[in-house]
Amino acid sequence: MSFNTKLTALAVGAFALTQAAGAFAAEEVQWWHAMGGRNGELVNQIADGFNKSQSNYKVVPVYKGNYTETMTAAIAAFRAKKQPHIVQVFEVGTATMMAAKGAVYPVHELMVDSGEAFDQSIYLPAVISYYTTPDNKLLSLPFNSSTPVLWYNKDAFKKAGIASAPKTWDEMFSASKKLVASGMKCGFSFGWQSWVMIENFSSWHNLSIGSKENGFTGLDTEFKFNNDKVAGILQRIADSQKDNHFRYGGRRGESLPMYTNGECGMWMNSSAYYGSIKKQAKFDYSQSMLPVDKSAASSAQNSIIGGATLWVLRGKQKSSYKGVAQFFKYMSGSEVQAMWHQETGYVPITMAASDLSRKQGFYNKNPGTDTAIKQLSLNTPTPNSKGLRFGSFVQVRDIINEEMEALWAGKKTAKQALADAAKRGNVLLRKFERANK
Amino acid sequence: MHKKVIFRHRWLPYALLFPQLAITIVFFIWPASQALYQSVLLEDAFGLSSKFVALENFIALFEDPHYLGSFKVTIVFSVAVAFLSMGFSLLLAVMADRVIKGSMAYKTLLIWPYAIAPAVSGVLWFFMFNPTVGINAWLLRQMGYDWNHYLDGGDALLLIIIASAWQQISYNFLFFLAGLQAIPRSLIEAAAIDGASPMKRFWTIIFPLLSPTTFFLLVVNIVYAFFGTFGVVHATTDGGPYGATSILVYKVFNDGFVGLDLGGSAAQSVILMAIVIGLTVVQFRYVERQVEY
Repeated sequence: MSFNTKLTALAVGAFALTQAAGAFAAEEVQWWHAMGGRNGELVNQIADGFNKSQSNYKVVPVYKGNYTETMTAAIAAFRAKKQPHIVQVFEVGTATMMAAKGAVYPVHELMVDSGEAFDQSIYLPAVISYYTTPDNKLLSLPFNSSTPVLWYNKDAFKKAGIASAPKTWDEMFSASKKLVASGMKCGFSFGWQSWVMIENFSSWHNLSIGSKENGFTGLDTEFKFNNDKVAGILQRIADSQKDNHFRYGGRRGESLPMYTNGECGMWMNSSAYYGSIKKQAKFDYSQSMLPVDKSAASSAQNSIIGGATLWVLRGKQKSSYKGVAQFFKYMSGSEVQAMWHQETGYVPITMAASDLSRKQGFYNKNPGTDTAIKQLSLNTPTPNSKGLRFGSFVQVRDIINEEMEALWAGKKTAKQALADAAKRGNVLLRKFERANK
Repeated sequence: MHKKVIFRHRWLPYALLFPQLAITIVFFIWPASQALYQSVLLEDAFGLSSKFVALENFIALFEDPHYLGSFKVTIVFSVAVAFLSMGFSLLLAVMADRVIKGSMAYKTLLIWPYAIAPAVSGVLWFFMFNPTVGINAWLLRQMGYDWNHYLDGGDALLLIIIASAWQQISYNFLFFLAGLQAIPRSLIEAAAIDGASPMKRFWTIIFPLLSPTTFFLLVVNIVYAFFGTFGVVHATTDGGPYGATSILVYKVFNDGFVGLDLGGSAAQSVILMAIVIGLTVVQFRYVERQVEY
């Protein structure tokens, strides 16, 4: 390369840079999220779609690690006054975010301030009820939500002579018995045990998890999950270990291989495992609604969600918040939501997106994929089943995990384990109440 | 005629010390003082409100039986890791010291695990012992032992001990090997001529002469078990089941960065800091006296 061509190259490069700078005149909206892998690609796709749809704002998604890492990073950034506009926070972080009144910009306020028409009624009630104030105002925008369902191995069911998926816990145990008799190592297992077996078991049977409407109406809430009904079912499950009906396999999703390898015939965990199960299971699988414990309730209420929402943080350029509002509107659109729902297994956040998926024939082609929506919209959520809002709940879940492990290991009875969990949890609730007064 | 060297510069010594002092202050003194400051506060996660609570965070910790349980776990864990990894490396170093053919290859292979990050090592062992798909768990089951570190606290603790000790073997091996090679051959040969068996030679000559190395490694290994093993626990057991693997340093992280309880977490760091200072003092004042250099 001669000196001249180098010079030309430099000039061209400099020109390209000024051009690029021109294109970047659009105001940036930072979005920190926790979606890795395939879901991360879809996040980028959504942001790209929005950026192409208009020219005033540019949404920049940044992957910040898992849920806890993302939340901790955003909080640390806020303390250093370097926060993003939007941060994705998991559902158990809701109370912490809510309590930080000076830090978060509630979605309903954001929409009014930026003059965007906003109709809250298009969202699924069971999804947004988790994130609204007691007077039904939306605080953060639901993004990825799922709910626990009962996954089962159809081939194993056929072999064991079980006609259909269990609808009650009695049927769960009798199906497990048949599965074990047919040569399987275990009947069922589950992951995320606090979410599935305490939080959702309670809402599914319309039982209170904590006072003050599960913590929605005040920080002076106390845990109520240490009741006979929850203890009853957990004790039955613990006792069924000796016949291999139940087998414990870890706190989160570690027990997935037990289901996909064909060790256990049934598995209760998030509907969002759809993608993984589709990839790993070498058998005919399906999902159905969670079983009902007839001794706790005559019929099911509705299940609650898990997943994450998008919180808006204060302290950025005022003009940029209009971009956030427009982006939220774009993201709630049916096309975006239907795509997200079908690709990930998360539930759509609007009824329209669910209808669109049905119209596109997605549920016919993939039977069972609408189980989550059916469960969430089974009934109008009650104060017991619209979700929960407890401070320090990440730590409380750790405590529940520990106590349930003590139960599975036979060190404690269900009653004792739940009483201890509630007692230790209440200590954290009081501390949270004091820190956020 | 003799040369007199006198440094008259007033600022030069300070200028030369400055980089090291700056690093010490920025990365050690300042964070430590922040931890002390945070430990007497009750603060919400965003730092919007904070309250001085004096020693309340500390009192709460010592009233919590699970925190005290964490102490017990940490002691068992550190002692086991230090002994297991030092014992194994000493054995390997003694063997490698005697190998004549291809010793380079052995030594190189033995050093490899040190290059692996603790988290990766944890995951490796976790996978091998996975009750569903792990090869080691399968082997144990063939032998009639139902390994399940999700449920059995003893299994889980053993798992993180093995993973942490394995990681440290290479480092210990290198130092032991260097120590062994520094022992004069003539001493060992003289003992051999006097008719001392290899075992006798090891215990009466080699081991005492190795004691400076052993002592140094003991300090390093205990500190490693206290602080360096966080990644192993984080990547595998998350402190469970039922707190069986919740070592102190993991609890600091979990309460602070997952639970966002900054005051409680800072109080734990301060306690941990005091323990390590105490351990180091004890080791240098009392253990070192018995070491023959």
